[in-house]
Amino acid sequence: MPDTQQLENFVTQVRRDIVRQVHKVNSGHPGGSLGCAEFFSALYQEVMEHNNNFSMDGIGEDLFFLSNGHISPVFYSVLARSGYFPIEELNTFRLINSRLQGHPTTHEGLPGIRIASGSLGQGMSVAIGAAEAKKLNKDSHLVYTLHGDGELQEGQNWEAIMYASAKKVDNLISTIDLNGQQIDGSTEQVLPMGNLKAKFQAFGWEVVEIKEGNNLTEVLAGLKEAKSRTGKGKPVCVLMTTVMGHGVDFMMHTHKWHGVAPNDEQLEEALSQNPETLGDY
Amino acid sequence: MKKYTNTGNKDTRSGFGEGLAALGKINQNVVALCADLTGSLKMDEFKNNHPERFFQIGIAEANMIGIAAGMTIGGKIPFTGTFANFSTGRVYDQIRQSVAYSDKNVKICASHAGLTLGEDGATHQILEDIGLMKMLPGMTVINTCDFNQTKAATIAIADHHGPVYLRFGRPKVANFTAEDQKFEIGKALNLTEGKDVTIIATGHLVWEALQAAEQLEEKGISAEVINIHTIKPLDEAAILRSVKKTGCVVTAEEHNFLGGLGESVARTLTMNHPTPQEFVATKDTFGESGTPEQLMEKYGLNAEAIVKASEKVIGRK
Repeated sequence: MPDTQQLENFVTQVRRDIVRQVHKVNSGHPGGSLGCAEFFSALYQEVMEHNNNFSMDGIGEDLFFLSNGHISPVFYSVLARSGYFPIEELNTFRLINSRLQGHPTTHEGLPGIRIASGSLGQGMSVAIGAAEAKKLNKDSHLVYTLHGDGELQEGQNWEAIMYASAKKVDNLISTIDLNGQQIDGSTEQVLPMGNLKAKFQAFGWEVVEIKEGNNLTEVLAGLKEAKSRTGKGKPVCVLMTTVMGHGVDFMMHTHKWHGVAPNDEQLEEALSQNPETLGDY
Repeated sequence: MKKYTNTGNKDTRSGFGEGLAALGKINQNVVALCADLTGSLKMDEFKNNHPERFFQIGIAEANMIGIAAGMTIGGKIPFTGTFANFSTGRVYDQIRQSVAYSDKNVKICASHAGLTLGEDGATHQILEDIGLMKMLPGMTVINTCDFNQTKAATIAIADHHGPVYLRFGRPKVANFTAEDQKFEIGKALNLTEGKDVTIIATGHLVWEALQAAEQLEEKGISAEVINIHTIKPLDEAAILRSVKKTGCVVTAEEHNFLGGLGESVARTLTMNHPTPQEFVATKDTFGESGTPEQLMEKYGLNAEAIVKASEKVIGRK
């Protein structure tokens, strides 16, 4: 189990990987990826019990589903650096013939990916199915998901949220990335979603809050707390407040870097704010 | 000409229900999901025998497709059940991304296809579903003709790894195929031998095609009837073999002529052996309320329509 400093180093390297991937092909989604670097690193390096020897069925291990697939740069970086595929393959992000498609897919056989995502709002249903299969298989491992906050505007989520509590899917931990931003502006401007904590609780979920989703210690504590609430008849929601673009000052607190790549100069500035730790690919 | 006997009208959805119940006993990985239409889909026997493997999703088809996709990850073989409209058009993107593109082993089982669900009218009568499903890469599309074939197909698709769309209907229709048949995905069945016209039919229009062939025989026209239960992958060799002999073709389906079996046949012929073709299908229209028989007649989907189309296409040779 890595200590917090090692994990901090991991996070910093992931941030470098994110901006370098996106810069190289001048496309991709750096903002949301940067904001979730701590979450992914904590999940794959410390929280989840998972086999690096990938098998699709995932029997006997914890599973993770990324519902907001556009933050693939952070997912790819963490998967590669957790041993799922060669780190150098990050060089092929969004290139033709690559396994690292713009949005994650099983179609090209990339280890670590169990479902395609990109068209929003589908991941929680898939995770519920995987969680139900675990119960049928008498597999006590957990299923984790991540969703954007704007993504909750998709109605399918609420079908899934209603189902999960009604059917006591209590081996599921769904994290909502509350970065308050979406493509056309802030979530408050585009479509305010009101009190999400009250909504999840009203739907019968356990709710854990991580107020500083870019503070590694808080993320680890919040996920540990979430884990402790599983197995008690209710699904668990983690409301995690993050800052979009965190770690690169000019990308923070704005929706403008949702799907825009940095130019050469901006890349250098971003990298200087995140010095190399584990080695660039 | 070989004659077929109707052993008594039965609904194809009950064939699905019996097939699913049989599967429940022989394959522990089979799970069933339903969106509040258990009775309509005849899934009660499976549900009663295997409550732990039956998942009532509620009126939430998008969620149902996603859950089914997720269950395959744990090695399950999910069969989803709802009406054809809610199995396809309503959840197209969920099927596209979470099932087809993700290569998931989900069996999408759709009852009440086409016009013949009858009185409920056009909101429930999808005539576009074959087209929607056949356009998805990797999707197998099956439209069975009677009770026995639907039961056999239901059992067979559990052993096929990959997404399948299985389409059947509500009304009681002629049951004329063998009770003990082995269902082979992608294999066309030649029902009658003929030399003047090939009639390629799918679903319960296969029985109408057989009736049409008898009427044509009385007029001295020899029709070769082919039962296409699998629209994708299409048995192109069987179609070409027959059409090269007869020189013309009628396709018959309870579906829009845009995007259905007829178009798949037309593409095959255009690329390999251009041949005059007539379409017995709905012509870019929605349905309406009525009895199944009234609707089949009004929209030109019965034996009489097939006879007319056959005479017309022979004249175009």
